[in-house]
Amino acid sequence: MSIILNVGDWSYTKVNQYIREKISEGETEFELHGVNGHRYLFAGIKQKIKAKIWGVPGLDLGCFMSGPEIHVYGNVQDACGNTMEKGKIVVYGMGGDVIGYSMRGGKIFIKGDVGYRVGIHMKAYQDKHPVIVIGGKTGDFLGEYMAGGTIIVLGLFSQHPEKPITGKFLGTGMHGGVIYIRGELDPFFLGKNLKISPITDEDLTYLKTILTEYCADMDENLESIINYRFSKITPLSHRPYGNLYAY
Amino acid sequence: MWEFIFKDSKDISGCGVSGIINVKGSLIPGDLIIKSITCQEERGNGLGAGFAGYGIYPDFKEFYALHVMAEDKHYLENFERFLFQKVKAIYHEPIPTKKVKTIKNPPIFKRYFVKLELEEQVSPEEEENKLIEMVMYINANLNGVYILSSGKNMGVFKGVGFPEEIAEFFKIDKYQAYIWTAHNRFPTNTPGWWGGAHPFSLLDWSIVHNGEISSYGTNKRYLELFGYKCTLLTDTEVVTYLLDLLIRRHKLPIKLACTALAPPFWIEIERLNEEEKNLIEALRVVYGGALLNGPFAIILAYNGGIVGLTDRVKLRPLVVAKYEDYYYLASEEAAIRTICPNPELIWYPKAGEPVIIEMPMGTIPNQKSYI
Repeated sequence: MSIILNVGDWSYTKVNQYIREKISEGETEFELHGVNGHRYLFAGIKQKIKAKIWGVPGLDLGCFMSGPEIHVYGNVQDACGNTMEKGKIVVYGMGGDVIGYSMRGGKIFIKGDVGYRVGIHMKAYQDKHPVIVIGGKTGDFLGEYMAGGTIIVLGLFSQHPEKPITGKFLGTGMHGGVIYIRGELDPFFLGKNLKISPITDEDLTYLKTILTEYCADMDENLESIINYRFSKITPLSHRPYGNLYAY
Repeated sequence: MWEFIFKDSKDISGCGVSGIINVKGSLIPGDLIIKSITCQEERGNGLGAGFAGYGIYPDFKEFYALHVMAEDKHYLENFERFLFQKVKAIYHEPIPTKKVKTIKNPPIFKRYFVKLELEEQVSPEEEENKLIEMVMYINANLNGVYILSSGKNMGVFKGVGFPEEIAEFFKIDKYQAYIWTAHNRFPTNTPGWWGGAHPFSLLDWSIVHNGEISSYGTNKRYLELFGYKCTLLTDTEVVTYLLDLLIRRHKLPIKLACTALAPPFWIEIERLNEEEKNLIEALRVVYGGALLNGPFAIILAYNGGIVGLTDRVKLRPLVVAKYEDYYYLASEEAAIRTICPNPELIWYPKAGEPVIIEMPMGTIPNQKSYI
């Protein structure tokens, strides 16, 4: 049985306290209705709970969490998945700026467009490998200072069909990890010290695994998404600025 | 009490902003803007909040409404002696306020509906210049008193407190306006004082701002060349005066003025066609002193429109939505949805690209258009 809450009039503190209490009592499923701007929902939660959210959660949804699976029937605001470690956030709407900020594990799937600096400072370590999939288009500085993990941009479910798939300065300061773009990318949008290459069979296998899960969550057709040319963006060196201040 | 303002200081802040316009000129109750800005309570720290309303003084719509803040009665009397030599005040009264427990020792607030006493007939623009000159003179030279807003049929209400406290203090729920803007302040580098709260206003321009204008010094010196005096010592003040200079005095269309404040990068200019390239290059050269550096998201309002603009690398958030005749701007989507649960359209504007919403001409009295 799910815990079903209408949190419209509740402060975010009260919502979070209540959720924590219920989790400590062993509850594992939550449905939150009337969510609007409530910050830090499921912050730091380690248990493998499941949650459904209707509305627009506030900043830092699921920050520092390592376990929960959260489905959001609405848009998410800035810094969703901030420093997230494990678990999954599925967003059936759009996302704001700095989604997946310093993310170090788990998955964030977004159906629509996202704002600026998504995946900034993402990193991977041993078995930890964060993944962000964006169904729409992105703002500038995607994957800024990225050190590890994977970002996939599809550009399909966008409210701006006329715009380029990503913004400028893509991967600025990136020194690890991979960004996959569905289709071609004009090198003008690329940050410095990065290369664009076609995907390998190994890349395709990996993309298939991730996108199969994405399509299952989003109820989309995998074939029509994957049967297309993808571009791969990787850093030229893992220390692109090693000599910037020391020469 | 206000001696600190003469010391050198600057402002760095991370705040919340909200704005609403009804493009048909229908009046929006103050409750709505209060609800929107208090939804972003967490973005401020209780050291400043404010509101600007347009269309709030229909009975005095032909007069400049001076909202005045005074440290005490003595300073106010001194100010009035000066003011009444310069202008004809058709009506003046204390701005209605309410005692709020958490607001200690507020200044005195009064409003004056005035016409300038001029010896000869001048153009409306010249008249506005004279008014600005007087406001600048008073704010720079008269002790203990500041004119916080000076437009027709509009006014700014601001002070030290959280938005709901300032709203209660000024009874914002008793006003109705066709444009509202609001601010929730989180000052980190200047004292939170009553004059330093947002909106900043001159004539009917008003600005609310989230961010930090790092180029404040350059902008301030540039403005001084044109007779503007920065007296409130918070960075946002320069944005208000820059827009007055570029749009009203130099007649730049609003989009171009915004481009001067947040111009494209040179690498983007390279890719433009020859004509656009020449225009933007010229703009960057001529208005170099107006370029705003640092993170910002601002909402600008005037009699006739509302504009949202962020810095060119989007270091502060801004969300825009539309529902029927209403447009909404805010730092957070939740602040819009709390007063408009199902907008027809909701989007995150591109960095440095202004969102300009104007009413069709002829909608409101003394309407201005700068498109």
